[in-house]
Amino acid sequence: MKKLFFIILCNLFVINKSYGLIEVDITRGNLDPLPIAVSPLHVDIKSEDFKDLKIKDLGSNISKIIENNFKATGLFNPLKKEAFVQKPDIAHLKPRFEDWRLIKAQALVTGKILIKDQKLKVEFRLWDLAAAKEMTALAFTTTPSNWRRVAHIISDKIYERLTGEDGYFDTRIIYVAESGPKSQRVKKLAIMDQDGAKTKYLTLGNELVLTPRFNPTNQMVTYMSYFRNMPRVYLLDIETGTQEVVGNFPGMTFAPRFSPDGKKIVMSFAKDGNSDIFAMDLETRVVERITDHSSIDTSPSFSPDGKFIAFNSDRSGLQQIYVMRSDGSGVKRITFGNGIYGTPVWSPRGDLIAFTKMRKGKFYIGVMRTDGTGERLLTENFYQEAPSWSPNGRVIVFYRETKSGSKGEGFTAKLWSIDITGYNERQLKTETDASDPSWSSLLSK
Amino acid sequence: MIFNKNLKNVLLVIFTTLLLSACSTAKKTGSAGDDAYTGKETVKYLASGVPDRVFFATNKSSLTTASRATLRKQATFLRKNKKLNVTIEGHADERGTREYNLALGERRANAAKDYLMTYGISGKRLSVISYGKEKPVNAASTPLAWSQNRRSVTVKVN
Repeated sequence: MKKLFFIILCNLFVINKSYGLIEVDITRGNLDPLPIAVSPLHVDIKSEDFKDLKIKDLGSNISKIIENNFKATGLFNPLKKEAFVQKPDIAHLKPRFEDWRLIKAQALVTGKILIKDQKLKVEFRLWDLAAAKEMTALAFTTTPSNWRRVAHIISDKIYERLTGEDGYFDTRIIYVAESGPKSQRVKKLAIMDQDGAKTKYLTLGNELVLTPRFNPTNQMVTYMSYFRNMPRVYLLDIETGTQEVVGNFPGMTFAPRFSPDGKKIVMSFAKDGNSDIFAMDLETRVVERITDHSSIDTSPSFSPDGKFIAFNSDRSGLQQIYVMRSDGSGVKRITFGNGIYGTPVWSPRGDLIAFTKMRKGKFYIGVMRTDGTGERLLTENFYQEAPSWSPNGRVIVFYRETKSGSKGEGFTAKLWSIDITGYNERQLKTETDASDPSWSSLLSK
Repeated sequence: MIFNKNLKNVLLVIFTTLLLSACSTAKKTGSAGDDAYTGKETVKYLASGVPDRVFFATNKSSLTTASRATLRKQATFLRKNKKLNVTIEGHADERGTREYNLALGERRANAAKDYLMTYGISGKRLSVISYGKEKPVNAASTPLAWSQNRRSVTVKVN
């Protein structure tokens, strides 16, 4: 996590916005994914060696990451390279559109890379094969060790051009890595690229850690730790590794989340059997009480404009979701359906709240409008919770635990994602068992 | 012998059927949420005859009659051992969201603490910690395991 994520956008040449070009509708479940050919990026023969990077394979490695990203969206169908009809360098200059159409491709991605003076120069083009036109093109320079991010940034640009929405590939997920038997789990904070690559462990597993969440700039993480058997909310600087307790509460603090401007942490504080919601200003260290009720108030989550907080309370008797102004006034219950509700998380677009619902021994991840109407349950299982949004508000990541046998055998915890359309449910690759995912915002924005 | 075996099987079937029907009636008659564990499995003892834990119904933190009896024994034990401090650990089963369960465990531990205090034990001797659903004592995914995990456990500190 060094400061190598510096990307210089050199020039942005030719962006055709003429209508009639291909478009992908992501507001519905897509049962007919767009056939797309991702040509391996051409590696310029003038490229110089860089550390132990295998430059020869770099072009096809980048295209493989792009393909995997596209496949995981469920919106695209990357075609097999064996069928490709042109060499990468020639296709990048000018594709023979009619030949590519023969293999049923509708869009083509081409590109080339050059490593010179310790810099990686990348350019790529997206072609509409039916209209025989270039749709978008981009060139940029970065440090060669950033090559995976290059693939994700290209993926984002293409996704944006084809769907009209921001992408979510140049992002990370922080989560809790789990190992060991169910009754003695070892838990560590871990961070990885959205596609499961580059996993790093941020704590050693000596103490229990839970519920990590990114700040808006993805440099800080707030989480809960049982360090010295004192369950408290912590703040971790990912770059420097420094950690500190948030506030000076005489009891357990938990369920932390940042405000959308990153200046505050909102969390629960439990005292004498009662949990209420508090916020602490990270600069002034001023602690503010937000709720004052004899019930459990927890899982606070800000609206993206910072004006409201959704939270979980059992003030009606059982867990339900409430919304209030961020100063604690105007509390309104928004869930009235059958079952009980937890973990409200406001969408980054502001239009929806994701939640966990428990009903008749089943757990659901769902979304609803911020007034509680329009509830849609996306997935049902034995146990799943903790939704977190992709930065474009189209995909939700959560964790799912399996039923275990009489000795706890067969127990697993894994990260899963699902589109808010309810389609495209898939398990995320993690090195270990995993829970409590939190999705970063776009790193290159 | 063969007849005997068959008879055994028939008896077994009848017995199981009886058991099953007993279970289903119990479910029907038992009031909602009244599923606190009443057995002795998993229980340890602070001293002879002083159980270390009490059990709770699903989503509840109220003390059952049996829990009160256990806590009175703990209070007597703590009055006799004036220098002893304890931590009360509150736990929840795996059938709830993590954050809510942390709060619920804290509420359960405090329910036990409050009751001990009404029997004259100073709050200074009683610390509280919630582990939510993080430390199940029975790792199975069964109603029995869940009932054993919904607990508060009094642990000697010194």
